[in-house]
Amino acid sequence: MALSQDLLHVEVWRGAAEGSFQSFDVPRREHQTVLDVVTEIQREQDATLAYRFACRVGMCGSCAMVVNGRPRWTCRTRVSEAVGRRGRLKLEPLKNFTVVKDLAVEMTGFFDKWHDAKGHFEPRKAWQDVSQRDFAVVPPDSPERQAADAGIECIGCGVCYSACDVVAWDQTYLGPAALNRAWTLVNDVRDNARAARLHAVSGSTGCHACHSHMNCTEFCPKAISPTYSIAGLKRAMLSRVLGRRS
Amino acid sequence: MTAVLFAAQRISAMVLAFAVCVHLTTILYAVRTGLTAGAILERTRENVWFLAFYSAFVLAIAIHAPIGLRNIVREWTLWRGRSLDVALALFAIMLLLLGMRAALAVYLPIFREPS
Repeated sequence: MALSQDLLHVEVWRGAAEGSFQSFDVPRREHQTVLDVVTEIQREQDATLAYRFACRVGMCGSCAMVVNGRPRWTCRTRVSEAVGRRGRLKLEPLKNFTVVKDLAVEMTGFFDKWHDAKGHFEPRKAWQDVSQRDFAVVPPDSPERQAADAGIECIGCGVCYSACDVVAWDQTYLGPAALNRAWTLVNDVRDNARAARLHAVSGSTGCHACHSHMNCTEFCPKAISPTYSIAGLKRAMLSRVLGRRS
Repeated sequence: MTAVLFAAQRISAMVLAFAVCVHLTTILYAVRTGLTAGAILERTRENVWFLAFYSAFVLAIAIHAPIGLRNIVREWTLWRGRSLDVALALFAIMLLLLGMRAALAVYLPIFREPS
């Protein structure tokens, strides 16, 4: 239901790396999300507007954009909480990504870095551990599992990557999401690639480049703390250098 | 390599945190009690503890500062690679030599000025 008198002024980025903001006026509605606003613009005012979404309920993370300067999931952001005092919305594509068109960004480089950080599980071979021929028993309350659980819910939306200052300075930096993923695997006792993974995340583009600004932690919609995960990787590397198994 | 430098910088920082506190406390004590240069030298000449402390201090500085400087240079400029590492290794040696020269100057009696 439209709120009778209100129109919402929205500025939307149009173009790719080069472009400009285009203004739209959209009727205010009760419980309206920012994604609702973008969809209404695309369906009612300008069908050429490019953006990305899928689930609309905060599960897929594909609708992430920069809303009034803050990276967020637009499906989980109500207009009323985002507009602030000026009553305006400014929508931009995620920062630190190559813009494909308007509000849609290219995610390939982001996920390539997950691969570079060895963000994939590598199982043990049965012959490597004779005592564990059956499924590995992982107590849920063990410290390793707790540490992995703290970061396991990441869905790869790119909000942390957009918020990260270090990525903005150095595009080769692996970024908070990839390092967080590596940390969950470092703590997975079933994994067989711990040493290779620690090696992959310890270069000049890895965990040691993090300045602990905590923007990733501040903006993560899943309330994960990649900063903590990165600090964990630094500790694990320190133990490794000092010859201790962390 | 990065991990080793990170470890070296963190460990040297621990040494520096302690050494800087001792150093500043000593300065405050010397100034507030009105010790003269001669009185200070009397305490430092041939004092093995003094030499050991400042040798560790200088070594920690020579490790810590070039690694930090290397990070700053790499983040703020395009200078990378072997030339940067060699330049900062030379910087480390310079810090070590200048620091040890200063420590030895107030430890060894041979530097004593003629009276």
